[in-house]
Amino acid sequence: MYHIISIRDFERRDLDYLLDRAQEFDAGKYQPRMLEDKLAALLFVEPSTRTRMSFATAMARLGGMWISVDSVEASSIVKGETLADTIRVLSGYADAIVLRHPKEGAARLASEFATVPVINAGDGAGQHPSQTLLDLYTIRQAMPVDGISVGLLGDLRYGRTAHSLALALSLYGVTLHTIAPEGLEMPESIIFELRERGMEVVEHKDVQEVLQELDVLYVTRIQRERFPDSASYYNVASSYRITPDLLTDVREHLMILHPLPRAGEIDPAVDRTPYARYFEQARNGVPVRMALLREVMR
Amino acid sequence: MSRTDPSRGLLVSPIRNGTVIDHITAGEALNVLKILGITGSTRECLSIATNVESKRLGRKDIVKVENRELRKEEVDRIALIAPHAKINIIREYQVAEKKGVKIPKILKGVVRCPNPGCITNSSEPTESTFEVLEAGLRCFYCDWLIKDNIANHII
Ligand SMILES: Nc1ncnc2c1ncn2[C@@H]1O[C@H](COP(=O)(O)OP(=O)(O)OP(=O)(O)O)[C@@H](O)[C@H]1O
Ligand SMILES: [Mg+2]
Ligand SMILES: [Zn+2]
Repeated sequence: MYHIISIRDFERRDLDYLLDRAQEFDAGKYQPRMLEDKLAALLFVEPSTRTRMSFATAMARLGGMWISVDSVEASSIVKGETLADTIRVLSGYADAIVLRHPKEGAARLASEFATVPVINAGDGAGQHPSQTLLDLYTIRQAMPVDGISVGLLGDLRYGRTAHSLALALSLYGVTLHTIAPEGLEMPESIIFELRERGMEVVEHKDVQEVLQELDVLYVTRIQRERFPDSASYYNVASSYRITPDLLTDVREHLMILHPLPRAGEIDPAVDRTPYARYFEQARNGVPVRMALLREVMR
Repeated sequence: MSRTDPSRGLLVSPIRNGTVIDHITAGEALNVLKILGITGSTRECLSIATNVESKRLGRKDIVKVENRELRKEEVDRIALIAPHAKINIIREYQVAEKKGVKIPKILKGVVRCPNPGCITNSSEPTESTFEVLEAGLRCFYCDWLIKDNIANHII
């Protein structure tokens, strides 16, 4: 059975294959009622309206059905029984389970108890492979991924999207520039792993040091909760904010991405520059998730 | 015979049948027992010698377990903290089998994941599982990497 749990499970050709399929869906090259007789269970134990809607949209576009359990309903299920039991029960209803859960490793565990494929839609601070795939897809639509320079900016310590994107990019000979405030740097163990995978990783404190060299700038949210008080948060957040005046002398094809929702990391004035690609990125969630759903339920 | 000859330096009394784990890294004997699941409340008859002089290791620990032949899979887990250990199966006072320990690829139920947010630290019906890598132990569920002080995380 084909589960989609962690970007670590994928080799380059697996990623390329899925991205190629996503591109076909994006171009409308598919049978419209491809998943007509299929039903997906969207089990979102932790709220994420955006991801849930994008999986539901993908299912609907393929002519499939879904049952959706939101975080309020899910939390009452979860209180009463183990995830393992919930998954065993849902396996009897659905042809695939899409799971968002607050605990790291929840999707891996689910895949061990499910008798249908499981797609990880985010597990705690852990993995979120469909996000990574849509990030990669967005980059790949604009330029060949091989050998480019990518900057990851923001909370690289807790930001799961940054970790799994970095792992995926390590399969493409990308040079990675990490730009994070003190205390929110990418964990040493991840940097170690990336270097073991042959990736060149350069650490920075200041985005201006490296902005002109970048092909892609991936911005992640810096959360207020990570700071002891508002003053230190605003201080850091303002020095990591992307504004139009920073974007002089950048590469012409620079693309700025963000997994959304954003807080103050990107000045809305940046939206009007040609570099802003985060809404396009969000839209790409649909064809990418269509490809994933189709692959696991074929 | 060694047990009657004090010059051979047999520190604890000989056993008739059982297992001798020799050449344990000095100071790790108690952790070895912990990994093997042998605690004060188990019934095995145990002798432990620590910081014994050894030609090979300088100092070493030795553990003897009477009337129990430890299986290879059980014992391989100790390779993490005592890579030079030798397992001697004793039958009728003689060393009947001798084998080294090999670090297994997957460790199940030996160490607890230090990540409080890991699903293995909740009431799910699952066992902690770690992949043994050169860099350390990686949690199969949450990807947490334990780089050192493995003994601190033993369940
Ligand atoms: N009947 C026994 N009861 C208790 N301990 C024993 C018994 N026979 C051997 N041993 C212990 O088991 C270990 C291995 O015994 P062995 O005679 O193979 O020693 P060795 O030749 O020094 O082996 P090695 O090369 O592994 O150190 C030693 O520590 C020895 O003291
Ligand atoms: Mg000896
Ligand atoms: Zn874990």
